[in-house]
Amino acid sequence: MLDLSPFYLTLKLATVTTAILFVISVPVAYGLAFARWRGKVIVESIVGLPLVLPPSVLGFYLLLALSPLNAFGHFLEKYFDLRLVFTFPGLVVASVIYSLPFMIQPIQNGFRSVPVALKEAAYTLGKSRFTTLTKVLLPNMKGALLTGCMLTFAHTIGEFGVVLMVGGNIPHETRVISVTIYDEVEAMNYHQANVYASILLVFSFLVLISVYLVNNRAFKVDPYHD
Amino acid sequence: MHLKLTRIMIELAITRKLHGAGGAINLNLDVRIGTGDFVTVYGPSGAGKTSVLRMLAGLLTPNDGRIVCDRQIWFDKSKDINLRPQFRNLGMVFQEYSLFPNMTVQGNLEFALQKDQPKSRIDELLQLIELEQLRDKKPALLSGGQKQRVALARALVRQPNLLLLDEPLSALDTAMQIKLQDYILRVHRQYNLTTLMVSHDLNEVIKMSKRVLILEDGIIKKDGPPLEVLPLDNLKPFITGGLSR
Repeated sequence: MLDLSPFYLTLKLATVTTAILFVISVPVAYGLAFARWRGKVIVESIVGLPLVLPPSVLGFYLLLALSPLNAFGHFLEKYFDLRLVFTFPGLVVASVIYSLPFMIQPIQNGFRSVPVALKEAAYTLGKSRFTTLTKVLLPNMKGALLTGCMLTFAHTIGEFGVVLMVGGNIPHETRVISVTIYDEVEAMNYHQANVYASILLVFSFLVLISVYLVNNRAFKVDPYHD
Repeated sequence: MHLKLTRIMIELAITRKLHGAGGAINLNLDVRIGTGDFVTVYGPSGAGKTSVLRMLAGLLTPNDGRIVCDRQIWFDKSKDINLRPQFRNLGMVFQEYSLFPNMTVQGNLEFALQKDQPKSRIDELLQLIELEQLRDKKPALLSGGQKQRVALARALVRQPNLLLLDEPLSALDTAMQIKLQDYILRVHRQYNLTTLMVSHDLNEVIKMSKRVLILEDGIIKKDGPPLEVLPLDNLKPFITGGLSR
């Protein structure tokens, strides 16, 4: 009997990560796209780090940071009764950090792609930065927002190294689909591994197809419809 | 000299260093504009014309000086005052229309409504620019002239007493330019709007404005009625029809 909990856990992780990253990334990308301040390049580099670091490096440092044996993890456990290593919330924290550039960079490019004059026009009409953001900028960069969500979702589904380091391999808690496949292969259960892997393959392909379809439509200017 | 009779709407005394394609220039202006005047800033490209409007609108910060509009201080370097664009009651029409593509014609106008303004203001403006038929269309469906009429109407929603026009007609063909010039003059008179327009089209400047500021290399070289200060040798002879106003 196929255990579906890894699928459920993976989808839950990807959805929660995407939602949290979306909320974090809109203001951060706005700041990176428009603000002029010293040190911006440092923040941009930190955001981009997960692109170049091996997931195991990131996972290793997160494991150290979140461990109750070290200052930050100890602080979380003592004052918030929160242990993040080998738990689902810990996986979410790790995934958010790991997928940061995949959400921030498309949204940052999206902000830059909207003509500056639109923002300025909204300002001269007396509209606040927040109203301009929600009513003018974001609706005119739907493609970038979708791309950010798609990449983050897909990237989270595909992660392995970070998840294994921070979450370990606890059934129903941290054993996501990629870890399950690795497990089955290690146990020489090739048939079972194949079932999981092919479901993931088909699912990922379908997600990409549907997002590209939606995205193509979002990019197209269709003046005849709302 | 004609300013003595009218109330001053704008006092502009600013400096700003600008970096353009032709190198750096120092914009240095000291100008007063009377209430209800139609003033054009004329000059070669790169002279700093658009920057003047942008500084008035609060989209560009002067390095030094003072901007007062209708007795309200908008910018004063010495007192560290710099009112944000949102709080400067003016309407601005951009060269490239800058309509919001995600909103309909009516949506673009409604976006500009202030909290206490009635929606009937939108109907009034749509009527004025004769675009009631197209109120549910998105900007992408409109011609250049229609877009610029919407942009003009949108700039008027807040009932500003200062209208800034940044080469509003330069992207349109001549027939459409003439039609739009009439629309602009109509709203200028109807609302007694102090209007400051940037233009490099002599015909347009002569037809529209009472006063021209000729801006070259960041300073005002000449200031006066169009026929007295413009280089009329270049003028097309047929445009004199526009002078009968």
